[in-house]
Amino acid sequence: MYAVRAGLQKFKITPKFEIESIIRLYARWIREGRLKVSSDWNRELGVTFTVQDPCQLVRKTYGDPVAEDLRFVVKSVVGEEHFIEMYPNKSNNYCCGGGGGYLQSGYTEERRAYGDRKLRQIVETGADYCIAPCHNCHSQIHDLSEHSGKHFPVVHLWTLICLSMGCLGENERSYLGEDLASVGL
Amino acid sequence: MGEAATVILPKQSVFLSKVMDMLPEGGHLSMCLTCGLCASGCPASGLHDMDPRKFLRLCALGQDEMVLSSPWVWMCTMCQRCVYACPMAIDIPRLIYEARAAWPREDRPKGILGSCDQALKNESNSAMGARSEDFVFVAGDILEEVKEAQPAWEDMQVSFNRPGAEYFLNQNSREPVTEPDEMVPLWKILHTVGCDWTYGTIGWAAENYCMFLADDAAWETIVRNKVKAVEDLGCRYWLNTE
Repeated sequence: MYAVRAGLQKFKITPKFEIESIIRLYARWIREGRLKVSSDWNRELGVTFTVQDPCQLVRKTYGDPVAEDLRFVVKSVVGEEHFIEMYPNKSNNYCCGGGGGYLQSGYTEERRAYGDRKLRQIVETGADYCIAPCHNCHSQIHDLSEHSGKHFPVVHLWTLICLSMGCLGENERSYLGEDLASVGL
Repeated sequence: MGEAATVILPKQSVFLSKVMDMLPEGGHLSMCLTCGLCASGCPASGLHDMDPRKFLRLCALGQDEMVLSSPWVWMCTMCQRCVYACPMAIDIPRLIYEARAAWPREDRPKGILGSCDQALKNESNSAMGARSEDFVFVAGDILEEVKEAQPAWEDMQVSFNRPGAEYFLNQNSREPVTEPDEMVPLWKILHTVGCDWTYGTIGWAAENYCMFLADDAAWETIVRNKVKAVEDLGCRYWLNTE
């Protein structure tokens, strides 16, 4: 998203459309009652989650309002009491090291050293899961989790939204841990 | 123990002046107070003995050779946390971008270069080289599977190039190429809310490594291709999955 938005600015292009992020739409659709999510599935289970604020979406594009939308969605889906913040967060969040082309740059050792700060931040929350609503963040944090031997699951937001609506199919669970592998099936 | 002092001869930086000329208010690049808030909050600090403050100081002292040869520019993600933390809002990431751009194209990291070139070669703009016909096939295949295995979703639709759809949805090519089932939860959400959306066969791949490669011309080509794709279908929103 940032590459297009910044590109429009840089190359002085005025498009005939608007740019939108699905994260903002998730929040709007839940508020409007069109997306009937619930955290009931997690009441007994008590699985805890933290969330990565993607730099491109938050600090570099919409700022704290979209970080609030993100939290609203996450809390609606997993339950407010099961959400744990990392600090610092929102616009002041640390980059995970998945951006800037790092994943393809060949500097793997440096990328993991960079990500160490993020890894520690996540581990310190004590959360069972990390939600990464950005592809580069997802790849990077998943790699940090596996490579460090911490093995905490890293999930996309759409997985949890469908899980919370009881409509997550059997083949759509590759990133869930064993604890949630059969919830709602 | 501090580090041993490095003796350098201050010079005028051609590089720094060039970047300052490009930016509104010179990107505030001459306003550094050397406070170190940038470096202390930067996860790339210390890699290859570099950090954002040091990088800017080296520029300010005209050490262009050192600045333009440091591989550290590929270890900063241009995440802009330094700008956010900086009391003078100094645009260090832009300096990094221009330092990347100063590298001969063929010397830039092969993986980033290859991903950008793949995107340029293909109307999909996929950095993984995914072809649009494969995307259409995979999406159709997965949709059929879902309808068969989960009858509740029998009415779910996935369209391509549907003119006048409200949302033009892009998709990271990682999904159709390596984990197509990950698209299904997203489709289910869109179907549940009755969203009027379409995929396109032009410029649908969400990733853009040409920006990371700091190749302005390639970046512009890709942005223009994507803009045209959305405009040709007359969609009101270009919708990103993140």
